[in-house]
Amino acid sequence: MIRHEVIEKNVVLLAVLTLLTVSIGGLVQIVPLFTIETTIERVEGVRPYTPLELAGRNIYLREGCYTCHSQQIRPFRDELERYGHFSLAAESMYDRPFQWGSKRTGPDLARVGGKYSNEWQYAHLVDPRSVVPESIMPPYGFLRRPLRTDNIADHLRTLKALGVPYTDEMIANARADLATQSNADADGTAFAARYPKAVQASFDGNAGVVTEMDALIAYLQMLGTLVNFADVTPEQIRQ
Amino acid sequence: MVSDSATVVGFGERTRSRAPDYVEDVVRAFVVATVFWGVVGFLMGTLIAWQLAFPLLNLDLEYTTFGRLRPVHTSAVIFAFGGNALIGTSLYVVQRTCRARLFGGPEAGWFLFFGYQTFIVLAALGYVMGVSSGKEYAEPEWYVDLFLTVVWVIYLVVFMGTIMKREEPHIYVANWFYLAFIITIAMLHIGNNLQLPVSFGGSKSYGVPAGVQDAMIQWWYGHNAVGFFLTAGFLGMMYYFIPKQANRPVYSYRLSIVHFWSLIFLYIWAGPHHLHYTALPDWAQTLGMIFSVMLWMPSWGGMINGIMTLSGAWDKLRTDPGLRFSVTSVAFYGMSTFEGPVMSIKAVNALSHYTDWTIGHVHSGAMGWVGFITFGALYYLVPVLWKRPGLYSSRLAAWHFWIATLGIVLYITAMWVSGIMQGLMWRAYDEYGFLQYSFIETVAAMHPYYVIRATGGILYLTGALIMVYNLWKTITGAEQVAEARPVLAAQAAE
Repeated sequence: MIRHEVIEKNVVLLAVLTLLTVSIGGLVQIVPLFTIETTIERVEGVRPYTPLELAGRNIYLREGCYTCHSQQIRPFRDELERYGHFSLAAESMYDRPFQWGSKRTGPDLARVGGKYSNEWQYAHLVDPRSVVPESIMPPYGFLRRPLRTDNIADHLRTLKALGVPYTDEMIANARADLATQSNADADGTAFAARYPKAVQASFDGNAGVVTEMDALIAYLQMLGTLVNFADVTPEQIRQ
Repeated sequence: MVSDSATVVGFGERTRSRAPDYVEDVVRAFVVATVFWGVVGFLMGTLIAWQLAFPLLNLDLEYTTFGRLRPVHTSAVIFAFGGNALIGTSLYVVQRTCRARLFGGPEAGWFLFFGYQTFIVLAALGYVMGVSSGKEYAEPEWYVDLFLTVVWVIYLVVFMGTIMKREEPHIYVANWFYLAFIITIAMLHIGNNLQLPVSFGGSKSYGVPAGVQDAMIQWWYGHNAVGFFLTAGFLGMMYYFIPKQANRPVYSYRLSIVHFWSLIFLYIWAGPHHLHYTALPDWAQTLGMIFSVMLWMPSWGGMINGIMTLSGAWDKLRTDPGLRFSVTSVAFYGMSTFEGPVMSIKAVNALSHYTDWTIGHVHSGAMGWVGFITFGALYYLVPVLWKRPGLYSSRLAAWHFWIATLGIVLYITAMWVSGIMQGLMWRAYDEYGFLQYSFIETVAAMHPYYVIRATGGILYLTGALIMVYNLWKTITGAEQVAEARPVLAAQAAE
């Protein structure tokens, strides 16, 4: 303890030792997650978000949906029955940022995709209590405004720079794909080839204008739908 | 009388005449900002608490939804109220305990002040207008993050520079904690905000890590915002203000050394307890749990060092309302640093995670520890900084204390009941083996507890408003007459 006087009299030494001391835990816990290959399970089906889903996800972030909804199902019997198969790391491998959440004031949304119809999602977002009388969610009717789409290719390009496997073709067609996905009547052959399992619909019931509502519902409807768990083997999901 | 630096290591006393010309205008500004943002943060918290009980209170406006206002509340309390309290008191403490004028003088101090307020306003405006990175407690977007980095580096330079030109041979223990807080927050802030803007003209960016790695980095940041912003920094406050208010030396010098190094080493490992049973690999979860449980020991070491400093001065709890806040805050610290390790045990976490229990736990720390230690420091500092003979009213401070304490008790008990109840309802099965409750039934069951919690919030806010009045009357009251040294000023003058 007497030796501690040396540190107490030298602020640079104190600062350096402090920095070293607080660095260790983070390095041990974070670095191996990038180097151990089994951290992300080897399952099929996870693809980058379509431009419309990505725009919807950004609305989800903007509105702070994560302050009340988790997207992470734990391996418990009740969560399996209530929400479905427990979440895999692979399912959020393209999520920037991750949205696992920390609070369930509302239910978990990790597998909400396809659980309700587009009409239900629309009605619920506009006036939650019209379909769930006891709900305490705020109304989101203001999302029925046009979606900003002019810079969507820039979003894909930025994500590509960070390692998301968007192709040049996807980036070139980003804006067109966005319009296609939100219009049930558009020809979606090329779009569907680029984004397997993507749902194409007039999500807000109006094919004319692409709205923020279209984008958010498109995002909600794809959540947890990409991995087909009937095909998954225990070996694939061993971490 | 014990001089600032002598409280732990026992140097001789110094005479006041040798005190340098301390920079105090800036500290006064930080004190005012602390009180202002405290009221804003408590008001926001109370508002969103009522929204959870009565959702129509958002008035159908996009700017007032829970999702947008919740980051305003958390940032206002943690970064605005807590941050101003930490920066303000650290600038005060470092000058006094080093017997040195602030490095960079008032210019650097004012840059820090206006820089930090600008950061808060930019961040809060962003949340309300819909600019958020979507990472809890790190919601500011890239341009605000960059700006804060600049301000923070200046803060580090000012703080370390002041220590370097100190006249005292030893660096006082409060400054170790403040320094660890500044350094670690810089590391966490940069580490958790590595992001690429979509365009330099726009607010949107995407983070470098994704998914599970992003989750780990986020909670490495998130839990250590608790560990270093809300704990280490405020422990620095404790190590200065409790000895000053009690007029006693810190209980144990040896304990403060052990406490300091073990706390900062162990805290960093605790992040994964926010990710129990998720897709984070088990080895990381287990490490997070083990270190969280170990963290109980240095936390209580700090609590013991703070509370036992009152040995021989317990009677002051009756007469000094500021000290009463400080000591109660350490008791709340002890309580929530016991509750935290318990909740980090995976079996307990399986029940508590995603429920209000976590919210209650955070608030016993934030309202009880962070809030009360700050109120204690404010009641001590305002008469000193404005050279007043004492507080305008000890009675009002006592009212603040009891109203706020009652508010905390209502808040945390309501959240214990609602959290444990909802956790049990989610996993309840009926006699046929089906889930007994739909999700919405468990939401409806929360209503009475949300009303009680929000009432607790009103009480806490009311207490803070009483403090505002009391401090205002103190500042606008008569200046201290030279040589007149009533009870409170006798300590204050040191």
